[in-house]
Amino acid sequence: MTTESELSDGAGGAQRPGRDFPGSGLVKGLATTFKTMTHKAHTVQYPDQAPELAPRTRGVIALVEENCTVCMLCARECPDWCIYIDSHKETVPAGPEGGRDRTRNMLDRFAIDFSLCMYCGICIEVCPFDALEWSPEFEYAEFDIKNLLHEKDRLGEWLATVPAPVALDPAAEEPKELALAQKTADKRIAAAKAAEIVALIEDVPDAETGPVEDSTPEGDG
Amino acid sequence: MGGTAHWWLEVALRLVVILGFFLVVPLLVGQMEHKAMAHMQGRLGPMKAGGFHGWAQLIADGVKFVQKESVVPADADRLVFQIAPAVALLPYLVALVVVPIGPGTQVGVALDLGLFFVLAVMGVGVLGTLMGGWASANKYSLLGGIRTAAQLMAYELPMLLSAASIGMAAGTLSLSGIVAQWHWYWLPWQLIGAFVFFVSGLAELQRPPFDMPVADSEIIFGAYTEYTGLRFAFFLLAEYAGIVLLCLLTTVLFLGGWHGPFSEHLGWLWTLLKTLVLSFVVIWLRVSYPRLREDQLQRFAWTALIPLSLAQLAITGVVRVL
Repeated sequence: MTTESELSDGAGGAQRPGRDFPGSGLVKGLATTFKTMTHKAHTVQYPDQAPELAPRTRGVIALVEENCTVCMLCARECPDWCIYIDSHKETVPAGPEGGRDRTRNMLDRFAIDFSLCMYCGICIEVCPFDALEWSPEFEYAEFDIKNLLHEKDRLGEWLATVPAPVALDPAAEEPKELALAQKTADKRIAAAKAAEIVALIEDVPDAETGPVEDSTPEGDG
Repeated sequence: MGGTAHWWLEVALRLVVILGFFLVVPLLVGQMEHKAMAHMQGRLGPMKAGGFHGWAQLIADGVKFVQKESVVPADADRLVFQIAPAVALLPYLVALVVVPIGPGTQVGVALDLGLFFVLAVMGVGVLGTLMGGWASANKYSLLGGIRTAAQLMAYELPMLLSAASIGMAAGTLSLSGIVAQWHWYWLPWQLIGAFVFFVSGLAELQRPPFDMPVADSEIIFGAYTEYTGLRFAFFLLAEYAGIVLLCLLTTVLFLGGWHGPFSEHLGWLWTLLKTLVLSFVVIWLRVSYPRLREDQLQRFAWTALIPLSLAQLAITGVVRVL
């Protein structure tokens, strides 16, 4: 308030524009510091008071183990090679209706060495199955640097701290996943409707000839 | 016999009160600086030591300083180096003895030449810095010491002239006498003198914006660069004791000392209150203004403060004669 009124005084007062009263700068300096003193301090008393983190804070990388297919893209893209993945292949027996046995990658070990990780997020970007997520959790300091190598169970625990995705902008393009899901849903609805129509069409001649066999299961259901 | 015992007791009591004042009020100002400066910068300042808003921060600092090793540089002038902090600190304690904090007998020693004595002793305090700067055998310390000397020469004169003006106005050099004579119209009458006295006092204490002798971005910490531990703490304490004494003197000379409502009983409280408000102004100035360059510092003293103090002397003289 003080500064604004002083500014307006300087502009509209007796002085010519651009020439303030001598020493008005000194007074303004004093006013600024005094005003700051009367306001609340910006400091957050961290251990006692939780900090307010930005929605996409890069605290730690969490793992959705079920989504991982051991494609190794993250380990290969990692600039400092801090992701360790071990796996083995398992055979999924063929279904009852013939076909052949399939092999599947089973994840044995997924570890990130956070003493090497530089939090670039490339692994998260590159994962085709959304198996890696940013978590805002940051309180995982250790006394020994070796203890910063975290295995998949610990990485999985951090999954609980991953926030829901940030809402899209109002005018944003719809995500591909949604469109895909919508397409599938639309197809199913269309198929169901088609089946209904087919059933109706079939019902009409059935009513003339003998509707008893078809209508009984409907009545039961 | 009983009379002398009573006299000794009174002297001891006065000295204890003065020593207590000397030890407590500078720490109070130091803590105020911690907190006020922090809040002026949008911070909280110390919050941990002592529990409640870090009230014991300076005590913790003191304990830390006591634990530190006291290093004397190999090439230093040992004796001068070692006694410099005491020379810087003790004059402020001595000066406090003659400053009245309340009406009547509420003064350590009612010296007739109080004003002269205080200013002389305050000048000695700066010599401690000079000694430290010379004895450290360090170029930065020496530069700081020389800057201190230049500053002392430049600012002692306006300070003395403005103090002379108040002595002329009161017709006495006794500090108690000056306060007793004080009347509210002295405030506008001696306004220029008060400004000159306070500002040149700040400069003599090397407080920002006149902290060129300890400019950390140029000469590390000036004359105090080589000091560690308790000796360093003494220099710091001397700075705050200097602030207290300067504010106390400005209060006593220009702001009416213990004058105020209920001054018969609460005079000392008024003195203390005015002193603390002035100390706040000292801190406020530190936070608000950038450091003056050495040439600006000298020009300000010789082309602004000295003419102003001479003008004040002339005004005082004219008004006295009228």
